[in-house]
This record gives sequence, structure tokens and C-alpha cells, in this order.
Amino acid sequence: MAFNHYILVCGGTGCESSNADKIYKNLKAAAEGHNIEKDVQIVKTGCFGFCEKGPIVKVLPEESFYVEVKPEDAEEIIGEHIVKGRPVSRLQYREAGKENAGIENISFYQKQVRVVLRNCGFINPEDINEYIARDGYAALEKALFSMSPDDVIEELKTSGLRGRGGAGFPTWRKWLFTKQVEDADQKYVVCNADEGDPGAYMDRSVLEGDPHSVLEAMAIAGYTVGASKGFIYIRAEYPLAINRLKIAIAQARELGLLGDSILGSEFSFDIEIRLGAGAFVCGEETALLASIEGERGMPKPRPPFPATKGLWDKPTVINNVETWANIPVILTKGGEWFAGIGTESSKGTKVFALTGKINNSGLVEVPMGTPLRDIVYNIGGGIPNGRKFKAVQTGGPSGGVITADNIDVPIDFEHLQELGSIMGSGGMIVMDEDDCIVDVAKFYLEFTVEESCGKCAPCRIGGRKLYNILDKISKGKGTAEDLEKIQSIGHAMKRASLCGLGQTAPNPALSSMHYFADEYRAHIEDKNCPAGVCTDLVRYTVIEDKCIGCGLCARKCPVSCISGEKRQPHFIDQDKCIKCGECFNACKFDAILRK
Amino acid sequence: MAKLNLEALRKLREENKQALEIRDTENKTIQIIIGMGTSGIAAGAKQTLKAFTDLLRERNLTQVSLRQAGSIGLDHAEPVVEVRMPGMPDIIYGKVDPKVAEQIIEQHIIGKELLNEHVFDRPARDIVQD
Ligand SMILES: Cc1cc2nc3c(=O)[nH]c(=O)nc-3n(C[C@H](O)[C@H](O)[C@H](O)COP(=O)(O)O)c2cc1C
Ligand code: SF4
Ligand code: SF4
Ligand code: FES
Repeated sequence: MAFNHYILVCGGTGCESSNADKIYKNLKAAAEGHNIEKDVQIVKTGCFGFCEKGPIVKVLPEESFYVEVKPEDAEEIIGEHIVKGRPVSRLQYREAGKENAGIENISFYQKQVRVVLRNCGFINPEDINEYIARDGYAALEKALFSMSPDDVIEELKTSGLRGRGGAGFPTWRKWLFTKQVEDADQKYVVCNADEGDPGAYMDRSVLEGDPHSVLEAMAIAGYTVGASKGFIYIRAEYPLAINRLKIAIAQARELGLLGDSILGSEFSFDIEIRLGAGAFVCGEETALLASIEGERGMPKPRPPFPATKGLWDKPTVINNVETWANIPVILTKGGEWFAGIGTESSKGTKVFALTGKINNSGLVEVPMGTPLRDIVYNIGGGIPNGRKFKAVQTGGPSGGVITADNIDVPIDFEHLQELGSIMGSGGMIVMDEDDCIVDVAKFYLEFTVEESCGKCAPCRIGGRKLYNILDKISKGKGTAEDLEKIQSIGHAMKRASLCGLGQTAPNPALSSMHYFADEYRAHIEDKNCPAGVCTDLVRYTVIEDKCIGCGLCARKCPVSCISGEKRQPHFIDQDKCIKCGECFNACKFDAILRK
Repeated sequence: MAKLNLEALRKLREENKQALEIRDTENKTIQIIIGMGTSGIAAGAKQTLKAFTDLLRERNLTQVSLRQAGSIGLDHAEPVVEVRMPGMPDIIYGKVDPKVAEQIIEQHIIGKELLNEHVFDRPARDIVQD
């Protein structure tokens, strides 16, 4: 199998939805057209991370990094680059002031350390041979033939790996609890691939780009704790990830890496996929287990914890996708190696889905303890349109905001908690000065209210009340007491809710109130939304000095409430204005004030 | 496909490893950059590239990455190849045909010695710009 060139086409959901499959097919056809299909291998991989610039095509060995590729570019890539040896410079990713010969010159990748994403964008996730070639299943091999279950747990302990699903619980301890149960006739291993946080897609990308890493890790857990059966719980909205998982499971079974007596050993383990309906609460571990059992996905009080009493009351190890993907590398490279990355208490790396007001949105993996500034400015390329950075929401609907004042704080479990936010699963939504903090808090509350299962009152009633108060404030009808009410309801929910959903639902409101008290007060006392988002509080007026009377705003206004003579300052009739902002966007002279 | 035992898994891994290592760019500390401008190609840069690809594979030199660049501006010396590796100055070689390519691998990359008769310095104006 000797190829002179490799073309890697991103097959992640982002690129797939902008025609990556067509690009792949056209490249194949073009290679055949030039009779060079034996010379160049064309591979569809998982996400490269740099989704902002997708679809992405990488040509090796010379590392040409082509971005925003279209299906009709395929012929040129083959005909010019591969056949004639002339890279297609028009498609090459460029950064000001850089030579851009290869990936290491791209700022987006420079501060990243890819452990979890080591194979994403590198291997063909539908070909088990490629995973095996990258030391795939070497960790399972090592565990089965040269480590005792206690050795595995010891290695995990050395590594310091903590769960990536949100709470950061030490993984080794969870496994030990399950292993220690001696009288169980059956134990289970579960992968939590529910990923319900808005804006988050790291777990999906791992499953799409490197499904075997999760299968291998689950088998290792099975061996370690004494389980023979595993389940992957994944939401039905992830068809590509589900399909790749199915292919991966079938290939692993065929080679005897899943199933009876794996690699000729005495250990047997198999995995099934269970589809979830996409309810946020089903990501909570007890609700998830109920859902696998075929019941309604509602949380149960803990303890007992799943580690000792889980699926069908049997001891069950449940971990997040990203947690799983770390495990094979920890065994092959050693716990010490892993512990060398990250901070004192948070080891390894974390994958973040960087979205919102950021130039390079995408999937990034950085060592724990990386300052937010590096993520936003070096990797993320800063805020678009010269706007000012305001804050980052981490931890989704369970988290809070980090502000510009704290932008140099290292991102790890402890520091985020100190700042009143959480790591969560790794969603990172960047806000700029045009985002209203009250509006953002309201968005998250709306989400949790809708997603609450309704089983317990603090969450069901408290969440609704919080939402109503935020709504009132955003409409200019809030009072000073409302701020106190948010505090008292919020703290009651934290204490009394049954599961994490209700316990953390007030966080976005509490955290944003803490850091942006002024902005809340502006809404309440001045009836003003400084960011100009809350429709009821904004007024559009013409700044007479700046208006040249071009009439563009009047033509754009859908309710015709703008009047004025040609070349004379115009006027907006406030009674008729519906605050759509069309005039504000239309005016080329900054002559419309939004306040 | 038959179920694997331990040896078969290891064998399968070795068989597939090399192709994947060529794709890997992370641990590559040595770069060979081939000028692929029109004049380079006219002078045979494609054969040179092919020679390097084959040689790297044959000798399993996984730490070397191979790149294509546009014209380096040394038309009379094409095909032009730049070699960058730790512990050695960045060197531009001229008139690199497949035979010279082999010498570069043996003498420069493996032996850490320059091929004096093929070294071309950067033109003066580049040095001024630097
Ligand atoms: C409301 C709610 C939603 C959750 N959603 C997810 C999820 O989508 N994915 C996930 O891995 N963990 C989720 N969790 C955390 C899980 O309950 C559990 O802690 C995690 O799967 C444990 O894995 P880890 O130890 O590897 O982090 C959620 C928790 C709560 C309270
Ligand atoms: S806290 Fe909310 S989601 Fe959790 S059990 Fe109670 S009602 Fe259901
Ligand atoms: S678009 Fe601007 S400049 Fe033109 S009339 Fe309206 S406010 Fe005046
Ligand atoms: S989906 Fe293609 S780069 Fe992320």
C-alpha cells in the first residue's frame, strides 16, 4: 500500500453539511480521471477542529491546508496539485504575516495539545486498521495480557484523570467502587454520549472522528471492574456519530476485539447502542440509566450511586465520551505522562467547543490551566468586527460567566468553580458588547425550564419563577426586590432540587448578576438595555448632526414610521416604531442611535 | 476476516503503521522543502519529489516532512530544495535530481554533513530582507 500522496477530507458534521461528501466523491472521481488512484489515497476523517473555515481538505505529505473548499475545486486539487505538483494557492489558508507552509504555522493550532482529538482529522474513522496503526487497541492488549485490574486502576490514579462530563469526579475511584462490589452476578459499563448543552459538540466529534477509542476504553473498563456488557447512550439527533459507531462496533467484533474471549483471552465483552430522545435531563446519570432500562428518563436520588447500584440495580461504571477517549492513551503512554499535562489538581487536556462572537469558532483542545486569554485571542483569533470582549459562558446552562477581568485565570476545575462557573462538558460561548447579559441569562433559564422533568418542585416551580423575573427585568418592569428574589429562589433551588439540572439552573443568573450588577441595574432603574438587545427597552432615534437625509432608513423601515425631506435630518415616530432595528442596520452614517 | 489473537493484532498494527506515520506531522523535526514553481517543474522537480518520497519510505525516516513550495527565485539552479533540521543551518541545494536527493538523505539528513558542491546560498536581496 504505497501512496505518494494523501488527501484528508473532513467528514465531521460541520463540513459534511457543507458538501464534504461531494468533495470527497469528486476527488475520487478526479483521481480516477487522471489515472492516479493508486498514487493518492483519499480519506474521509473526523473533524479537524477548525470548523469555521470548513469544508477542510488537507494534502499530505506537504501539508497543504485547504479551506472553504467547494466540490468543483476537486478537479483542480487533483489536476494541479497532485498531478502537476503545484499547490492550489487560492485555496490555501493564509494568515497575515505568516509563511503558512504547514499546520504548525496556523495560530488556531499552535497552542493546542491534542490528546483526546489525537486521531480526529487524522484517521479514517470507518477503517479499524487505521485506528490499530495508531496504537489502537494496544492499551486493551496491555491491560489484558500484562496488567491486573488493580494495575489499571493504579495507572488511572497516577494519571489524575477526572470525569469530563461536568463534575470532575476522579475516574479511578468510580471504577474502584464498581470493582469492589463482589457479590454481583452482572456489572455494566456505560458511555454517556447524550451531550445536551447548547453549543457543545465535542463528544459528537470524538465519536465521529475516533469511535474506536471509546470502544477500546469501555472494554478496558469491563476488564477492570468485571463487566461483560456495555451500552452507549447517544441522542438520536447524531446520525453520523451513530452510524460511525455502528461501523466501528461491527469491525471490532469481526476482528475479535469485542465479543467472546477477546484476543484469545478469557475476557468477553460486548457493546450495544441505545438511542436517546434528546432530553437534556437524560444526560444526568440516573435518568440516563432509567432511560436505558426503558423507563421514562427521570433522575433518582443518589446515593445509591450507579457505581454500586446502577443499570437494573447492578454495579455500573458510567463515564462521559471525552473521559473514555483519554483512557487508551493513559494506558499506552502511562499515567505519569498524562499527569505531566495540566495543573496540580486538573490533569490532562480539555476539549472546548468555542462558539459565539469569535473569529475562529471550532473545536479546541488545550492543556488544563490554559488561560482564557490564549483560547479567545491566540486560538480563537479574537472578537470579530473590532467589538469588545465581554464574557465567556462556560458550562452551558449549569455554568456561569467569566469576564474580561478574569481572562488570565487558568482554566481548570478549581478556578472555574471559584469564579462561580463550572467546566461542564466544555461549551464555551463568547459574548461581546452587543450581547445583553440579562438576555443571555434568560435564554439559559428558558432552556432549563423547558428541559426540567418536573419531578421535583424546586426545579419545576423555582425555574419558572426565575424565568418570569428575568423576563420582567428585560421588559423594563423589574424592581430592586427582584434582584433579591433571584438570590433567594436561586439558593433554594440549589439546595433542594433532586438533580444537577435544578441545582445548577440558577447559575447563569446568579453568576451574571454578580459580575454585571450594573447592567441589571440599568435595566431596572434606568429602563435601559446598554447592549441594545432587550427590545422593550431600546429606542431608535436619529442623531440630527450626523444624518445626511439619504432616506435609506425610511425605505427599509417595515412600518414606514420614518419621515423627512431629502437632504434633511429624518425623524422616527416612536409611537409607531416596532424596534426591529432595520434603520439602525441600514444607516451608513451611524446617524441612528440605539439606546 | 478472522478473529485476531495477540500476535495477529501486533502484525496488523505494524503492517498499517508506516502509511499512517507519513501522515503524521507532529513529531517531524526535519523539513525538506521542494521548489515547485513552473521553472522547478520544468527542470524535473516532480521526479525529485518522487525520489524523496520513495527514499523516506524505504529508509523509514518518519521524522522528516516533505513540503512543496512555490518558486524560491533561483531559476538557474532548479530543482531547488531547502533542508531544515535541528543542529544544522538551513541549507538550500540546487540542481537536485533524484541522485542528489539520495545524497542529501544519506549525507545531510543521516550523516549530518553538507553536500558542498550543491549548496546554493540565498541571493543577497533575501539576506537584506531578512
Ligand atoms: C442535567 C444534567 C445533564 C447532564 N448531561 C450530561 C451529558 O450530556 N453528558 C455527560 O457526559 N454528562 C452529563 N451529565 C453528567 C452525568 O450525570 C455524569 O456525571 C457523567 O456522565 C459522569 O461521567 P464522567 O465521570 O466521565 O464525567 C449531566 C448531569 C446533569 C445533572
Ligand atoms: S431538579 Fe428538575 S430535572 Fe432534576 S429531578 Fe428535579 S425537576 Fe427533574
Ligand atoms: S439612513 Fe441614516 S443618514 Fe440616511 S436618512 Fe436615515 S438616519 Fe439619515
Ligand atoms: S467539521 Fe470539518 S473542521 Fe470541524
